[in-house]
Amino acid sequence: MSKLLEARELCAFYGPTQVLFALGLNVDEGGITTLLGANGAGKTTTLRSLSGMCRTSGEIRFDGKPIAGRATEDIVRLGIAHVPQGRGTFSRQTVEENLQIGAMTRRGRAAIASDVERVYGYFPRLKERRTQQAGTLSGGEQQMLAVGRAMMLRPRLMLLDEPSFGLAPLIVEELFGILRTLNKSEKVSMLLVEQNASLALDLADHAYLIETGRLVMEGPAQHLRDDENIRKAYLGY
Amino acid sequence: MLQRPETREPPVYAVAGMTLAQWKVILLGLGLVVACVIPFALKNFYIFQITLAIIYAIAILGLNLLTGFNGQFSLGHSAFYAIGAYTAAIMMENLGISYIWTLPAAAAVCFVFGFLFGLPALRLEGIYLALATFALAIAIPQALKSSVVEHWTGGVQGIVIIKPDAPFDLPLNSDQWLYVLTVVVAIVMYVCATNLVQSRTGRALIAIRDHPVAASAMGINVSLYKSLTFGVSALYTGVAGALGAIAIAFVAPDSFTFVLAVALFVGLVVGGIASIPGTLVGGLFVLFVPNIAESVSKGLAGAVYGVILLLVIYLMPSGAAGLARLLTAKLMQRR
Amino acid sequence: MELFLHQVLAGLATGGIYACMALAVVMIYQAIDHLNFAQGEMAMFSTFIAWQLIQWGIPYWAAFVLTIGISFIAGVLIDRIVLKPLHGQHILSHVVAFIALLSIFNSTAGFIWDWTIKSFASPFGSGQLFGQSLIGPHDAGMMAVTLVMLVFLYLFFRHTRIGLAMRAAAANPESAQLAGIRVGWMNALGWGMAAAIGSVAGMLIAPVVFLEPNMMLSILLYGFAGAVVGGLTSPGGAVLGGFAVGVIENLAGTYIPVVGREMKLSIALCIIVAVLCVKPSGLFGRPVVTRV
Repeated sequence: MSKLLEARELCAFYGPTQVLFALGLNVDEGGITTLLGANGAGKTTTLRSLSGMCRTSGEIRFDGKPIAGRATEDIVRLGIAHVPQGRGTFSRQTVEENLQIGAMTRRGRAAIASDVERVYGYFPRLKERRTQQAGTLSGGEQQMLAVGRAMMLRPRLMLLDEPSFGLAPLIVEELFGILRTLNKSEKVSMLLVEQNASLALDLADHAYLIETGRLVMEGPAQHLRDDENIRKAYLGY
Repeated sequence: MLQRPETREPPVYAVAGMTLAQWKVILLGLGLVVACVIPFALKNFYIFQITLAIIYAIAILGLNLLTGFNGQFSLGHSAFYAIGAYTAAIMMENLGISYIWTLPAAAAVCFVFGFLFGLPALRLEGIYLALATFALAIAIPQALKSSVVEHWTGGVQGIVIIKPDAPFDLPLNSDQWLYVLTVVVAIVMYVCATNLVQSRTGRALIAIRDHPVAASAMGINVSLYKSLTFGVSALYTGVAGALGAIAIAFVAPDSFTFVLAVALFVGLVVGGIASIPGTLVGGLFVLFVPNIAESVSKGLAGAVYGVILLLVIYLMPSGAAGLARLLTAKLMQRR
Repeated sequence: MELFLHQVLAGLATGGIYACMALAVVMIYQAIDHLNFAQGEMAMFSTFIAWQLIQWGIPYWAAFVLTIGISFIAGVLIDRIVLKPLHGQHILSHVVAFIALLSIFNSTAGFIWDWTIKSFASPFGSGQLFGQSLIGPHDAGMMAVTLVMLVFLYLFFRHTRIGLAMRAAAANPESAQLAGIRVGWMNALGWGMAAAIGSVAGMLIAPVVFLEPNMMLSILLYGFAGAVVGGLTSPGGAVLGGFAVGVIENLAGTYIPVVGREMKLSIALCIIVAVLCVKPSGLFGRPVVTRV
């Protein structure tokens, strides 16, 4: 499988402080990769670096093309959709407007309209609330809306930042099931950042473990899931 | 495949062998020495100007407590300055009371005014509060001119005050004595403000600024603190107003328009939001920069002022205090 | 009773001015999520440009359109050049920048065109409208133009993609970036539009209050007040708010004895503050619902 996303020697900085140290990670085309770690380990920063939202050094290649140092708006147009931590909902706009915003870089009204319907197909609850102010939706619904908004880009790669955060277990199961379907039928590769390791390792093929800004482990997801020692030492279960 | 990141000893920051805390003490000492020398080294007019700069600094300190530390956006502090000034003027000229008592009186009156204004202001946030305070800034000079209170306030002409002499026959002239008085009052007020900000109350204020919901959830009585802060803030600016009235020996409604409110606000940002030492820079800015602008070009004074202001805000977006922090960090890093 | 009616109509006439300004204020607020204190001065400067063009012999409507275009470009440039260095800084630093702009525009206008009052022609003529003296043709024309702008803005923001993009960029810049929206240019567009609307407001207001560099200071304040009373999220509310402020101001000046001419502004503002205390997001504003 070819590498859709490749990062090498990736360092990230907030002002003068360095927070990521020479990361190297890959996402295979068509695969789901997960990045695990504790609070403050640097998971969100990694995604933000890939989206061009903080100062970085090192190399990032998307489909072979270098994207490090490019503006977020340009990276997005290449086909990377980032579902941020906290969902990033446009609270004052309606659900439908949120989806329309997601499609802002695309042309073709008919195609966009059919995509909106497709998103509603995956998330029927959003269709029920299409004219509601998005800020009034529950956490789970807002997360679905965020994924739906990302889908409107017709992305090749989706970056997801802690999608399970603050959601009830049943909703999370439902959401992850939909993510699996999106990966298989819409051919969207994913880089999933999660604190909930067991959930992520069930979904992903490949996994990385980050600790205080450095990668300390990588391997097939099954390997990390099945190795009891690793699980106990790093993943807490 | 398994690596652990190395741990390091926490660094000790120092420049030229002395820590930041030690440097601060040295600078403070130097400042006090300079302050003592000024009345004997400079001509009267310059002493007068420095006195005014310190007065503005105190006024800005009041604004800082409200806007900088407590996050309540005020564009109306000229109102409290005016109330303090008129309290002093009325007490001295209409009631014949000595100037010394006008300071605590202005403090009390302005505290009450500020607190009372703070109560309805509780419902207003951000831009709405700015508008409400701006309304206050517009209303007060108009109210002072009104015929209803003309008997006390002297209407449009204002009140002329007799400048006090140094007490106990000290060998100081009027300007020097007022300078000394102002510096003493300033030291007291700055020490109080620093203590307030570093205390539990100060932390509560800052919590309210940064996240009112969380602050409330932690048990802080947000409404009470916000109103009290309004009162204290008004108190500080009111005392400054009283000192200003005594120093300039004159009060009139048109000296206290919204232009002053805007100037204090600008002084706050230029000095550095939530920085107590920054207010001194703010005071100097408020006093001197408009004059500098006028001397560059009389006809375009406002434009020059605006350009200077833009340059200042570009170079020091977090004010003078922000710049100081940046430079200190850079110096510390060299080791 | 006749005095009351007369005062209400007079209030509506001046309210038309405030409504126009309020619309410009809300426009910029929708675009950049804060109030621009320099807006009045920018409108005044635009009006002087129009005046100058007319002095040079350009016919009124050509000068009108040209001024709108120049103002739009100037607005965009101000955002891209003057405000860009402050990107990401504390909002109060932005406010200081607006104050600086205010000072620059005011002083420069006075310097170039001096401080004496000039008259500015009204395209609607003077005299009587429909044979009555209840409301003059200029006041009517002003209200009509304001309503047209309102409709245009409503359609633009609610029914065009770029309008939605602008709203998104103002509401949540980071998420908007992640949707590929060029947030910087959306802000600049907002500034350009606000400057253009401001210029229209200035050109409509000048015939009534006479053109001079300080003409907009109090009008901007009334415009803010109207926008705030109406609700900063609602352009329609802002226009209604502007009219309301005009009427309140006039009635207060007539019927409250303490209030001389000097206190009109204060009383109007006090009433507005009272409205805000009762309804903090304005009469027609949508309160922003946030989850804790």
